[in-house]
Order: sequence, then C-alpha cells, then structure tokens
Amino acid sequence: MKNSEKSKGKRAFSIGQWLNVIGPVLGLVFVFVLFSAIGPASFRTGRNLETIARQTAITGTAALGMTLVIISAGIDLSVGSVIALSTVVIAVLLNLGVPPLLAALGGVLAGVACGLVNGGLITRLKVVPFIVTLGTLLVVRGAAKGIAHEQKVDAPITWLNSLLAALKPDKHWMILPAGVWLMVALAVLVWIMLRYTKLGRHIFALGSNENTARLCGVPTDRVKLIIYTLAAGFAGLGGLMQFSRLTVGDPTVAAGLELDVIAAVVIGGGSFNGGEGSVLGSLVGALIMTVIRSGCSQMGLPNWVQEIVTGSIIVIAVALDRLRRRRSA
Amino acid sequence: MSGISKRFGATVALSEVSFSAAPGEVYALIGENGAGKSTLMKILSGAITADAGQIFLDGNVFQPKNPMEARLSGVVMIYQELSLAPHLSVEDNIMLGMEPTRLCLVRRGEVRKTVEKALAQLDHPEIRPGVKVSDLAVAAQQLVEIGRGLALGCRVLVLDEPTSSLTQKDIGKLFQIITELKNQGITILYISHFLEEVKQIADRFTVLRDGAVAGEGETESNSIEQMVHMMVGRQIEELYPRSSRTPGDTILQLNDLAGFNKLEQAGLTLRRGEVLGIAGLVGSGRTDLLRALFGLDRVKRGEIKVGAYLGPASPARRWMQSMGMLSEDRAGEGLAVAMSIADNLTLSKLKALVRPSQQDAVSRHWISELSIKCQGPGQKVADLSGGNQQKVALGRMLHHEVDVLLLDEPTRGIDVASKAQVYKLIDDLVSRPEKGRAAKAVLMVSSYLPELLGICDRIAVMCRGRLGEARPVAETNEHKLMLEATGQV
Repeated sequence: MKNSEKSKGKRAFSIGQWLNVIGPVLGLVFVFVLFSAIGPASFRTGRNLETIARQTAITGTAALGMTLVIISAGIDLSVGSVIALSTVVIAVLLNLGVPPLLAALGGVLAGVACGLVNGGLITRLKVVPFIVTLGTLLVVRGAAKGIAHEQKVDAPITWLNSLLAALKPDKHWMILPAGVWLMVALAVLVWIMLRYTKLGRHIFALGSNENTARLCGVPTDRVKLIIYTLAAGFAGLGGLMQFSRLTVGDPTVAAGLELDVIAAVVIGGGSFNGGEGSVLGSLVGALIMTVIRSGCSQMGLPNWVQEIVTGSIIVIAVALDRLRRRRSA
Repeated sequence: MSGISKRFGATVALSEVSFSAAPGEVYALIGENGAGKSTLMKILSGAITADAGQIFLDGNVFQPKNPMEARLSGVVMIYQELSLAPHLSVEDNIMLGMEPTRLCLVRRGEVRKTVEKALAQLDHPEIRPGVKVSDLAVAAQQLVEIGRGLALGCRVLVLDEPTSSLTQKDIGKLFQIITELKNQGITILYISHFLEEVKQIADRFTVLRDGAVAGEGETESNSIEQMVHMMVGRQIEELYPRSSRTPGDTILQLNDLAGFNKLEQAGLTLRRGEVLGIAGLVGSGRTDLLRALFGLDRVKRGEIKVGAYLGPASPARRWMQSMGMLSEDRAGEGLAVAMSIADNLTLSKLKALVRPSQQDAVSRHWISELSIKCQGPGQKVADLSGGNQQKVALGRMLHHEVDVLLLDEPTRGIDVASKAQVYKLIDDLVSRPEKGRAAKAVLMVSSYLPELLGICDRIAVMCRGRLGEARPVAETNEHKLMLEATGQV
C-alpha cells in the first residue's frame, strides 16, 4: 500500500502520460496483427513497413505541430492548405534556379508566415482559432493556386525528391528514408520541449486553464503566437515531404489532410478541451491510420471501405479512451 | 434518514447516520469539508444510492433512483454552484424539463401561471418571468433556483452552502424567504460552514465528523463554541492569531486608481509587516481593484507604485516585482485543476529548462510545510478537497517568495481547520520573517467580517467602486463596517 502510494505520487505525471500512450500503442499493435493475419503476405514484408513509414511522414510531421495546438486547447484547420502552398513555393523557387536547400527552406518559411498570420489574428483580434484557421484554410489555398496559376508546377529533379522516396538498394543501411528520420528527430525535439522547457509547461497550462496561466504570469498571447507559428512551420515541412513524393508543386494537394492530422492527435490521446496530448501518441495515431489504409488497399478493398473503417476507428479509439478515463476517475 | 451508510472503495464516507426533520422546520447539517454532508444529501436527492439504511418521507420508505424522481417526490436540492441556463429567461429556467405541452407545443399560459405562483411565494417582485437569468445578480439567480423547486411543489428543500457567494444584505433577504417557506410547512435542510448563520436560522442541527454523527441538538441551547468543538473534535482556542507586528517600509501605494469595470477610485498604502483588509459587498469593486493592481485588468487612470516601480502592469511583471495574487475563483482561475500539484505550485516560477524531478522535490517541501493532504506532487489538484486546493494556490506564492500577497477571499469554501491554518500562515508571513529577510505584506479581500477583524491590522471599505480610508482594527467593528459598505455613512 505504502509502496504503491509512493510510486503514484512520485511520478504520476509520467505514469499518466505513459498510460495515455499505451492505449494507442495497443491499438496500433492490434490493427497491425489483424492485417498481418487476414491480409496478404506482402503486408508483412519489410518493404511494406518502409512504405507505411514513408506514407506516415507527412501526416506525422504536421501532427507534431497539431499536438501543440490541441494541447493548448486550440485548433488549426489550415495545415492542408499550408502543405499545398509549401509544395508550390518549393517548386517555384527551384524553377528560379534557387539551390534545393534554400528552396526547401523557402517552403518551410512560407508555412511559418502562415502561422504568424494565424497566431496574430487569434491573439490580436480575439477571434477563436476555429474561425481564424477556417478563414486561412481558404486564403492560403487560394494563394497557393494563385502562385501556381491554378496548375501543377513542374520542377527539376533534385536530391529533395529522394527525401521520402523508397530507399535504393545501396542505401539500405539507413533502414528508413531521410524524411522519416527527420520526422523522428523532430518528434524527439518536440517531446523534450513539451516536457523539459518552460515553454512546454506553459503550453500545457494554457490549455488546461488559460485564466490560471494568465494569473501566473504566462505571456499567453506570445505563447499562442509561438504555437501557431510552430504548427504551420511543421506543416511547411510536411509540404517539403509532400513535394518530395510528388516531385511537383501541386496547389490542390492535401485537401482535407488537416482532418487526418487532427484525427492522429486525437487518437493519440489529445483532448479538444486542452491540457492533454502527447507527441508519441500523435505519431502512433498517424501510424494507425496509415496501417489501416495500407492493409485495406493490399487486401484489395475499395476506397470507400477504407474510409468507413478509418472513420469508425477514430470514433472507437476516442470512445475507448474516454471510457478508460471515466473508469480510472 | 436512518442508519445511512456509504462506502467508496476502501473509504467509509458515511456510517450509520440518522436524523429526522419535521415539516416546517429548518434543520442544519454542519461539519468540516469531507465530513460527509454532501454525500448524505446526494443520497437524499437520488444522485447516489446508499449501501445501507433507509429514508422515510412522510412516513413512507423513499428510495429515489435518480434526482428527477426525488424532485418529483418533492425533494429539491440547490447546490452551491447554481445550475441555471444563463441564456434562458427566468420562466424558461423554472419550467425547464417539465414544460406542459399540447401537440408538442408549450402551453405558455399554463407556464406563466405556474411560474407566477412560484415567484409570488418568493415575494420578490423584481424577479420577472421574462428576464434573462444572466441579467440577474447571483442572489436573485439563487431565488430563481428556489422558485424552480417551488414550482415542482417541493416539500423538502436542501440548501447547500447557500450564502457563500451572497452579501450580508442578500443573506438577510434569503433568511426571510427561508422563514416564509418554513411557515408554509416546507422542511428546509441547511448545510453551512457559517455557524453564526446556522444559529440564526436553524431550529435544530446535526454535526457530522468523518462520516458519523458527532453531535446534535437545538441551536438555541448550544453555543457556537460547542458546535465548533463537535465539528473538529477539539477546541480551536485561537482561531485568529495575531502576533506583535511592526510595520516597516511602504511596499505598495495606490493613488486615485480607476479601472474600466466597477473600480471608480481607490487609494491606499501598504507597508511590510501588516495585513490590510478590504471589506465591502460582493460586486462593490473589491476584486476589480486587485485585478487592476495585478495587471489582469486595464487601468483607466491613477498610479500604482510597487516598491520603487511605477510603470505599466502585467501579471508577469508583478510576479517579477515579487507580488502574487490568489484568485477568488479557485477552479476557474486560481488553479489549473486538471494539472498536478507540482505543475500548479511551480507555474509562476519556471526556469527555461524544467526538471520534473526538481519540480517534485520543491512540491514535496511545500506539501509537508503546508500539510497538504494528497498522495504526492503528481496528484491532480481536482482530486483534493477545497482546503487543500487553497493551500496549493497559496503555496505557489510562498514558493515564488513574493513580498506582497494579494488575497481575494482566501478562506472561501474551505473547512474550519484549513481556515485556521490559513490565518496562522498569514500571521506568520507578516510577523515572523525568515532570517535576514524583511516581513511580507498582505492585502486581503473578504466578505466575512469576523475574519477581517480577526487578522487585519487596518481595514478599508469598498462601496460602489470607491475605497474608503483604511482604519485601524481597534477603531472599527462589524456594525460600522457594514454601514460603510452599504453606503450609509
């Protein structure tokens, strides 16, 4: 009795966080085992696992930013449009002869700029994030189409295209493509930021109770600005990965992707009431959705079945999570 | 109610509790927080069921399965936190969930008749059926809830801490209504921390302690000291400690301060080593004064001098200037209740890099220092009792080592033992500084005059947004303060 009290008291935050993550991980194991059992043998191959990782990279990278937004009790609906804008900006810059690294940076900075606009409008005009980002969802999509003259922008092939391409045989020592490693590295950074920095604790406090945060001297407007800027920056990076896969700048790409990103965070334990969510959970959430898609398509199930399955999984995952919480409360 | 018992897991919440109240009687239930009063009333109102024991209503066994069933049988509970829909009118709130309909259409005429009858019983003409509830004052909103119970034809009315957010004047009005309802034969169960009120309004009382009956009797033949003794099981000799204090340097000065809300004009001087009290009615602008001072609300004119600093205010700056504030709204503003004790204690004073192990160590220090009852630094604040939550909120300021403490209703809704601890803590802060440090200063807002008179050195009264002159405690008393607060001086 004494022992259990002690351990509960001592590390309850981390235990709480782990519990939030274990649920989604079990879900991931479940869907993976399920498709391994009923799906074709090709599902279990290492090559398919690599494909799943590659397909998760875009949603996963954007979900890192969305995790911050949702922990702070906000929402960002503009990420899909930001991804499209980023691909277009990268393609246009490459066509202008800009070196690939700078073009990639340009794409990310376009995202950062969108985030500054989102954050600025939310904090200055005091309009709720849902409305602001619903507006920028259209504005940014429109801007992307305008820059691209409403068509795909072809771009020269550069090393950017190998970021998220299937590994060539001589690169097998990397296990996964560079883009996936980039996502993992950023995830570790965000995790450290949330857990071990003042900014991270402020983001949680802001989402848990904004009034308390204000009372305790948290610069709430500045923190929000940082959150939305980071979120759109991550979406810009997602745009880089999207560009890498498509090899063109496409202003119509990733329409509706924001919903996948939000779903990943929510499956991973994020709560719209704020104060809850985890980086690992969000990545696992993104993986769960890719595994289902991949499994369904390898079994030859039509697209509409995939959609129904994915949608049901979102609701079931969150319902199970709430049920668990009510039990433990 | 007879032999009621209830366990939650390993915790015995109630064991063999019995009492009986007659029609037309005001019966008080008193006890510290966690003594089992709320659990007992939840059983009566059908929110939870008892493990053992029976309830009799008019001699018949009464076993409500849910709150609606209890309400329809005439047992109506009014919680401390009001449960009205602020956007709806008085009428719609009163009839919510029991609107008489014909062919799916609400029969407005009948609604109006029922509502008017209920409001007539309350005898408060200013509450008209068509007014939006959010436009009414808190005291009037509470009457609307009572009206809802009357419209249901209630016979037992349970009031849970009904006066905690009311002013002295509104309390008087509420007591008139209680007396009227009592004369109409309605039984009133009155739950309260304020023993003075219990003595004034109740006929008989039962004291609960640790889930069991610790005493009962008639209010007339028992003194408040005797009731307190039953509640805490020990005599609180010195509820309001007052050590010798030596006022030091001026640390806070306000000149002609006005805000954009209720605050019209305020000036005061606060020195180290003193407790300055601010009395006044709820809504007189006391809270607005503290909020403007702390940078939470904008200032219209006037100056605030903290130490030598005269510039613009923001909560972050104030913390840096060694000033902290305790909010009157513990769950809504004071604490992030879904977060851990450690996170709440350290939120105002985080280094750029946070080490959770260090957060825990710091929290453990304050948990033992303030004797916060909890499982550990990682426990959610929401799981703690009101008194322990308040200690966490106070602990944040102690951890920050602030010199000026702004306390807004520091003892609201906490039990007697915690109150005594808070008073002791305030006294220690101003009269017994740590070695090599100057004494701290406390500016405290409270609606409870005995505590202001008990622990403050000087008291100023806020009336309609204007702060009066601060007078030494020895030169004033409850009566004078009340006259000033109601604008009769």
